[in-house]
Amino acid sequence: MAGSNPNAKPMNLTLKVWRQPNRQAQGKIVDYQVKDISPDMSFLEMLDVLNEDLLRGGQDPVAFDHDCREGICGSCDLFINGRSHGPEKGTTTCQLHMRKFSDGDTITIEPWRASSFPVNKDLSVDRSAFDRIIQAGGYVSVNTGGAPDGNEIPIPKEISDRAFEAATCIGCGACVAACKNASAMLFVSAKVSQLALLPQGQVERKTRVENMVAQMDKEGFGACTNIGSCAAECPVGISLENIAILNREFLAAKASSNNLA
Amino acid sequence: MQLDSKIPEGPLAEKWEKHKFNVKLVNPANKRKYDVIVVGTGLAGGAAAASLAELGYNVKAFTYHDSPRRAHSIAAQGGINAAKNYQNDGDSVFRLFYDTVKGGDYRAREANVYRLAQVSVNIIDQCVAQGVPFAREYGGLLANRSFGGAQVSRTFYARGQTGQQLLLGAYSALSRQIAYGKVKMYTRSEMLDVVIIDGQARGIVTRNLVTGEVETHSAHAVVLATGGYGNVFYLSTNAMYCNVTAAWRAHKKGAFFANPCFTQIHPTCIPVSGDYQSKLTLMSESLRNDGRVWVPKTVEMAERVRKGEIKPQDIAEDDRDYFLERKYPAFGNLVPRDVASRNAKMMCDEGRGVGSTGLAVYLDFSEIIKRTGADAVSQKYGNLFAMYEKITDEDPYKQPMRIYPAVHYTMGGLWVDYNLQTTVPGLYATGECNFSDHGANRLGASALMQGLADGYFVIPYTIGDYLAQTPPKPVNVDHPAFAEAKAGVQARTEQLLNIKGNRTPDDFHKILGHIMWEYCGMARTAEGLKYAKAEIQKLKKEFWSDVKVVGSGEEMNQALEKAGRVADFIELGELMVDDALNRNESCGGHFREEYQTPEGEALRDDENYAYVAAWEYQGENQPEKLNKEELTFENVKLTQRSYK
Repeated sequence: MAGSNPNAKPMNLTLKVWRQPNRQAQGKIVDYQVKDISPDMSFLEMLDVLNEDLLRGGQDPVAFDHDCREGICGSCDLFINGRSHGPEKGTTTCQLHMRKFSDGDTITIEPWRASSFPVNKDLSVDRSAFDRIIQAGGYVSVNTGGAPDGNEIPIPKEISDRAFEAATCIGCGACVAACKNASAMLFVSAKVSQLALLPQGQVERKTRVENMVAQMDKEGFGACTNIGSCAAECPVGISLENIAILNREFLAAKASSNNLA
Repeated sequence: MQLDSKIPEGPLAEKWEKHKFNVKLVNPANKRKYDVIVVGTGLAGGAAAASLAELGYNVKAFTYHDSPRRAHSIAAQGGINAAKNYQNDGDSVFRLFYDTVKGGDYRAREANVYRLAQVSVNIIDQCVAQGVPFAREYGGLLANRSFGGAQVSRTFYARGQTGQQLLLGAYSALSRQIAYGKVKMYTRSEMLDVVIIDGQARGIVTRNLVTGEVETHSAHAVVLATGGYGNVFYLSTNAMYCNVTAAWRAHKKGAFFANPCFTQIHPTCIPVSGDYQSKLTLMSESLRNDGRVWVPKTVEMAERVRKGEIKPQDIAEDDRDYFLERKYPAFGNLVPRDVASRNAKMMCDEGRGVGSTGLAVYLDFSEIIKRTGADAVSQKYGNLFAMYEKITDEDPYKQPMRIYPAVHYTMGGLWVDYNLQTTVPGLYATGECNFSDHGANRLGASALMQGLADGYFVIPYTIGDYLAQTPPKPVNVDHPAFAEAKAGVQARTEQLLNIKGNRTPDDFHKILGHIMWEYCGMARTAEGLKYAKAEIQKLKKEFWSDVKVVGSGEEMNQALEKAGRVADFIELGELMVDDALNRNESCGGHFREEYQTPEGEALRDDENYAYVAAWEYQGENQPEKLNKEELTFENVKLTQRSYK
């Protein structure tokens, strides 16, 4: 095995997995054993092993969301041993490797727990609330065509870099799952900050934050009580500072609203 | 059938302008009477859906993901090319056109590539206006970097996450149209057939991946933007869900499939580490700007490295072979992907590969770290280095990365004319799912360019020409063609569930991937391809008698989804082998060992193979029919590609 630690021994693990046939059904934790797990496997590859075993045995495999397995698409979303994306800091579930666990460990795997993210099946949840928040204003209203030259408006590198940092949010929902209030403030603030920092976002700056926050509330996400677990568990390091920006933007907008309706 | 590429008359530089004037327009008041289906919401599909909705058409957009923000475009790392010449280094539309045609080893259509280079500049402007945070210089202007196969700096980027930022830009434009009600968004919906009425595409059949419900949707035109088929190899840098199903169903309904054997093997990926591996991870090509590729000079030394007796950092400078710099002094480590991949394979075939499997070469950053410091390197590549360490448990700041080629992109795809229309009227293909503008090899940072060009700036014009000639009366899903297509999809689902065999869809997928990689991968021979064809036919029979899927079609059933995709991959695999066997030459990513220069470079046969091979489906288990679109080159001279 190229690059693997030659001393690393295969592991046997006990998994406690949330099983729920569909949204309406009652769910429960079911125990499974997996054997000969290589420490070089990713967490999802370990679940692949479990699922292949289940399928061969005629049992229903565990449904979970995943796609790129490179930590960028934001599909994977497991709550592992009580933490969003598991024990490793700054890491999505797909990039978490089994070398972070030990032989004989018991691992509890649950879906994101938030009423705004209802379960589809097993570990797969519905995160369309995030899409609806973006639809409420997470964009610059420019049609295709007619944009000025890309270098027409210089943007200070520091500003551009900060906007980029906020824009790297992958929309996975780990922040909501980590928050005891199931608040979506970190997610919303990342988009609000990105566009508030950039000159392109100025025209709709006030309506955007008002509309996005209104939609966030409508979706039933909880309030922010400044605990900071969202930022601590964010796999791509979206900073808590964005929530401060969001609060400031919201206040400023409410104080001088463009919303005439 | 005579293929008509519909390339406009006139000088190369004027074709697109003239064509835009000549295409018919749909009256603004009439646009709302037309429905357009867009399948896939990556760069091409997201951009197309948003732009068509902005024009006033009613768009129905479909994705099998839970959100249109998750398409695999998001994983593109390095950047997007545009002929802006912001760096004053001699770039131009013609140079980008020339580099792309040459990089594709002269197997792309001149007119399409020129248009791509022309609209590339508009893409950057559009994305900046959307708030895409591209990298900038201290003066506030946009930054550029150079990329493999080019000698100018024309690549725009957002650290190692360019695809993510561009996709989120398209997603934001799409979200705005969803909010306006101009796009009806269907998530977790997989397209499983095209509906054709009187020879024209009029709708699709989908399966809701949460409820299992099979649905029909009608429209006046259908745009496919469903990505590439690299996962036919099982292991690739593609995302797990990437598949050929939508394109393959369209193929079976009459859309020709062009150049299926043209696949890109990317040189810089993290090597395979074990049998359990589910996918491979790319390390951006931009790393080749600063990393130096090498292997030990002797087999003996390579053996000691493989056994772990010596560490790469302990090998003296004189004992290293920087083979790309040695063989290609002009381009060095920046040669195009096909050349870099093939050379890495050659080194490993010689027994000089590293890592415990011997299937890896080094990508070494020690010199740049010494020259500019680890901080500067981290600024540029921090996220890539961190990802490498997460996966391999090795620190690339301290020891060279190990890399090996992996399947990354497919240049082949549905045949389209200049308007991006397939051989089925009303059915369009955009982005990676068409056979596209990259010929036999795609240059780095050109996929994002093509996806967005097709979606933002080509399809909005060309689809209007078709719609203007289509009566604006509603298309009704009550037409018997919808019921028939739906019944076909349901029957296939039942068939998959009723086999109740012993092997999982993944078991079959792995075997197929192995056959494709060994015999239709980086190096191909007539003998190997014939063997592969027989093996694939055997595998197809086994699949349809022994695949195991549990549960029902009326629920979320990921094994069922997978089984359907693997079934299509098996059929595609056979066509890829046929295509590779037919093309008795080497070009770009298609390397037939029988056809090489004395130095081991790809040897083209322009006299006999300067054509697009467009395959026509002839029915279940029938050999497909080859149609040829001759390629004519009036603006570039066909030469042996040289990067020396």
